[in-house]
Parts: sequence; structure tokens; C-alpha cells
Amino acid sequence: MTRILHPTRRQLTGAMALGAAGLTLPLGFGRRARAADRRIAMIVKNLGNSYFDACASGGAEAAAELGGTELIYTASTKPTAEDQIAVIDSLIAQRVDGIIVSANDANALVPVGKKAMQRGIKVMSFDSAIAPEGRLVHLSASSTDLIGAKQVQMIAKTLNNEGEVAILSAASTMTNQNAWIEAMKVEWAKPEYANMPLVATVYGDDQDDKSYREMQALVKAHPNLKGVISPTTIGIRAGAKAIMDEGLVGQVYITGLGLPSEMEAAVLAGACDSFAIWNPVDYGYAATMIMGAILDGAGTAEGDTLPMGRIGETVVGAEGEAVMGEPFVFDKTNIEEYAQIF
Amino acid sequence: MPDSPRYTVADRPPFRLADLLLRWESILVVLLALVFAVNAWATPWFLDIYNLADATYNFSEKAIIALAMALLILTREIDLSVAAIVALAALGVGAAGALGQPTPVLVLTGLGIGLLCGLCNGVLVTRFGVHSIVITIGTMSLYRGIAQVSLGDQALTAFPQPFLDLQQTYFLADPPTPLSFVLFLALAVVFGIVLHLTATGRRLFAIGANPVAARFSGIRVDRIRFLLFTVSGLMAGLAGVLLTARIGVVRPNIALGWELDVVTMVILGGVAISGGIGSIPGVVLAVLVLGFATFGLTLLNVPGIVINVLLGCLLIGSIALPILIRRAMRRRRST
Repeated sequence: MTRILHPTRRQLTGAMALGAAGLTLPLGFGRRARAADRRIAMIVKNLGNSYFDACASGGAEAAAELGGTELIYTASTKPTAEDQIAVIDSLIAQRVDGIIVSANDANALVPVGKKAMQRGIKVMSFDSAIAPEGRLVHLSASSTDLIGAKQVQMIAKTLNNEGEVAILSAASTMTNQNAWIEAMKVEWAKPEYANMPLVATVYGDDQDDKSYREMQALVKAHPNLKGVISPTTIGIRAGAKAIMDEGLVGQVYITGLGLPSEMEAAVLAGACDSFAIWNPVDYGYAATMIMGAILDGAGTAEGDTLPMGRIGETVVGAEGEAVMGEPFVFDKTNIEEYAQIF
Repeated sequence: MPDSPRYTVADRPPFRLADLLLRWESILVVLLALVFAVNAWATPWFLDIYNLADATYNFSEKAIIALAMALLILTREIDLSVAAIVALAALGVGAAGALGQPTPVLVLTGLGIGLLCGLCNGVLVTRFGVHSIVITIGTMSLYRGIAQVSLGDQALTAFPQPFLDLQQTYFLADPPTPLSFVLFLALAVVFGIVLHLTATGRRLFAIGANPVAARFSGIRVDRIRFLLFTVSGLMAGLAGVLLTARIGVVRPNIALGWELDVVTMVILGGVAISGGIGSIPGVVLAVLVLGFATFGLTLLNVPGIVINVLLGCLLIGSIALPILIRRAMRRRRST
């Protein structure tokens, strides 16, 4: 070795003490871990995301309700599969009882999920699924049918079932949006919506400016237009902005799927009466309640019923997929509270 | 040494215990012992042979690249395209898997792509006389870009089971030893022998200390540089094969940001970024310190962001400490 150092003993001990202090700093985290009877880990896509923080607060609520349960909320720094695998490995090493994952990659987490299950750890996914072989259950926030029906019901309530309605979607090729529009049309066929015709479906390609222009074109092309459904967070915020900018508040209402933080101004201004999306607090709560039930021995085969505490219960479908429920509706009464969260 | 003849010139400095204790490697050994002691005390799950074996999966691939990177940094070069080469090699492995090729073909595809990328880096660096940091930032975008263009948002997931078993089962069952860790240790021995016990190794130190003087001493500097970049590419290709077998899926963002993790290992290993100083045992120790410190912190459920802060402090400390000590010594001598 070519480098020869001659530090004094005091300098060396000082440096060592510094290093030791750095490494022992987070000891508080470890000591707490052994207090509870059972531990459930919630591993999300990335930290510092208020949507997932809201999921975790729901999970903590469920852990308190289950009793004797500790919820470990963690994620990797980088939202990649490799880093998430490293985090799951360390949770397997800690022999947690259950793991709830929002997967960064459906397929890449299958080996690590299998490994966890081989060692007796129960694995489920929520928000973003692991492929079926790598987990017992996946909890979807809502189903296509429920999401489609809810949006028609919301605009019908705003318009008292009367007036022309259009759809402002994302791109015409998008699987999610097209499936939701089909589900809307099924709901629309019901007799109570006879005076509320669907007059047009336009596509904003999930770009703010294109969605904005499509919205302007819609109100010009259909002077009697009363309502617009936009099943995309970008479409609904751009459409709401167009309504406010054109001075059409009170004449045209928009609804659909949006984020409370982005829709707060539009709801308070009256451009949007109500909109929906799943409530992340409920989502984290429901996933944790289901994990609690699985740890108590609940079955996860197709047709089995799993309890979700205050949300109700759900039935496991094909490939271990379960659905939480209807999307959660936001309006003037609760928008300010949730806008803080996500 | 009162008895030694007056004109004897020793071929190495006389042995002194203080020198041995103050070597960078000795400090790393203490640090590693500290990491084990603190973690064993802080969490009951750390000193478990299966857990430790599983932990090595998460750093062995990067560590293999770090061995080649150590030689590059030692000779005043750097290869920032290694993570992108991992991605491109993984893409090749994934494509071969999708075509239904057997395991040996998959492995050779990954190694071959790594080798080609390394060759390309080597040619560019030695032909254009631009510093490798510039060239490899360019090829980093190029290689990663090729992976992104050809995969888009798709993933390759078709692999034969024997290929996945390479990294999803233990190479040795008892004690549990992952293949990637065995390969890392074996390669470390090879790299260590070449660097510390052969004439080629001495040439690398000479180039790192002063490339111009090395050239005038008859060392074929450009040829050695070219070889080093090729080896670096090959190691990245090997890492790509191992990573693909471990996670069983290829996406364009695979191994994102690994180049900096690898450079961190090398710097903490005591290889001077200004060249000419460094050792393979140092790099191996740094790999173990970083790997097990990270594992211990994740066991304590410290958020990843906080772990990064702590490791950053460790790195800055490891670079600043020798400088501060040397400055303190100089001040004492001058007074």
C-alpha cells in the first residue's frame, strides 16, 4: 500500500466515534420493532409520495383496530424493481408476518414474493399488482363497472337527469378509459337517463392543452351541452379550467376521475359539482384489514369472503383479484380536507 | 536498524506495526467489524446465515463491476456507461430468452454484448484522446437509449428455468452461497493477483501515477486503457446476466443509477480518484462495508432516503479524513 497515514491517536478515536455515532443513530427504529405480536409491512412504490402516505395512515388505523399489530411502512429510494426487491428481502429477513406491496414491476417481484411465501410470510398486493404467482390476493380500488356507473350517476345527480352530456376521454387507444366508457354506456341504458343523452365522445390524449381545446370545441359544437364526463385526471382538470376561463360556470358542469389537490379550485368555483377517485386512506385501511384476516387464517381461494372492517367485505375473484368498492366521491363538503392529502 | 550495512538499499520500507494499523484497509476492517457489531446488537435478524447470504444478492452484481472500475479509476480513467451496458446486456439476454434459446446462449449473449460495448468505449477513448468521463457519458446515453427505443414500455419475461435457477437458488446449499457472491470473490482473487503480483499491475500503478512518464518508460498506455475498458464492459455484461437471472424480467430502466453506486464502492475502497493509489482488498472490504451497512439499516426499516444520507456521509468522511489528517501532520511538522 502506498498511502501511509500518521494520525494521532486522538484524531483516530475521534473519527471512529463519529463513524460509530453515525451507524448507531437509527437504533430507535429497531428497538420498537419487537413490541407488537405481529408485524405487517406495507411496501409502496416510493417514499415522499403523499398518495402513499395517505394509504399508510389508513393502514395504521387498521393496525390499531386489529390490535397487537405493528405496521411497517417503507419503500426504496428509487422506484425500480431491483431496489424494491432489496427492501422486500430485508423484510423477509426480519420475518414479518405479512407483506403488502404496491409493485414497481408485476413480474420482477414474483421470485421474491414466492420466496417470502415459502418462508411462511403472507404476501398480497394493492394499488399496483404483482403477477398472480407471486402473491395470494390483489386488492383493486374499484372495478371497471363501478367506476363507469359512478361517473354517470354523479353527472345525473348534478343535472337532475336532464340535459346533453359529452365524454372527454384520454387517447382513443387507452384500455382503461375505453373500458370505463363501455361501462358508462351500460349504466346509461337505464330508463332514468332517457332525458340525458350522450351527444359526443372526444379525446384530449391526456395532454393539458389538447384536452383544453377539445373542451372549448365541445361547448361551441353543442350549445345545449350541460355536462361533461372526463374519466382521466388530466382531462378533468383541463376541462374544468376551460369552463372557468370561458365564463361557463353554472351552465356546464364537469365530472369524472380527478385528484382533490388539482380539482379544489374548480369545485370551490362551481365548475365541478362532484368527482370521484378511490380514497387512499380507505385503500390502505382495507388492504391492511384483509392482511389481518389472512393472518388469522382466512381463505384466499376464488369465492372466499374477506372482511375490510368499516368498508364492508369483498369476495375474491379469478386469479386472487378482489375489489374494494365504489370510487369515493369528492364535493364542496370534503374537497379542502383531501386536497391537503393528495 | 543499527546492525544493517551502511549502503544496503531496502526494496521495500521496513515493517512497522504502526504502518500496518494505519493502512486504509485496516481502517476498513475496523469499520466492517463495527458494522457487524452494531447491527448484531441492534437487530436479532442480522447474524443469520440465510439473511446474510440473501443480502449479498443485492450488492454482488455491482461489486463485480466495481473490480473493473477500480482498475480504471486507478489509471485516472472512469467508465460511467456500466449501468447502461448492464441494461443493454440484459436486453440481449431477454431477447434471446424470448426466442427460446437455452441457458448457455443467454449467458454468452449477455457477456458478448458487454464485451462489444466495452470494446466500443475502448476504441473511442484511445482514438479521440478525449477524457473517458466525456466519452462514457455519451455512450451511457447511447446504450441506455438503444434499450429504451427497442423495449419502450414493454418487458421481456420469457426465460428457461435453468437460467433463472442460476440466481434464484443457492449455488452451494450449505453454507448457502449465491452464485453472484462466489463469482465476485473468485474475480476479486484474479483481479488482486493481476494488480498486486504481476508486472501488468505495476504498469497500471505507473500509468495512474503519471501517464506521460509511463508512456516514455515504454509502457503501451493506450493498449492497456483499451483492455481495461473492454474488461469493464465484460464485467458489466456479466452483471447484466446475473441481474436478469435474479429478477427474471428486463425493462429499459433496469440497473438505473448503478454507475454511481459502483464508483462509491471504489472510492470508499481507497482508490484515489486522481489515480496511482488503490488496492483490490480495499475495494472488496468497501463492498462488504457498504453492502452490510445498507442491509443492516434496511433491517431497521430506516427509509432508503435516510440510508443514502448516511452512506453519503460515510463516503465524504472517508475522503475528507485522510486529507484532514495529512494537513494536521504538516502543521505539526512546520511548527
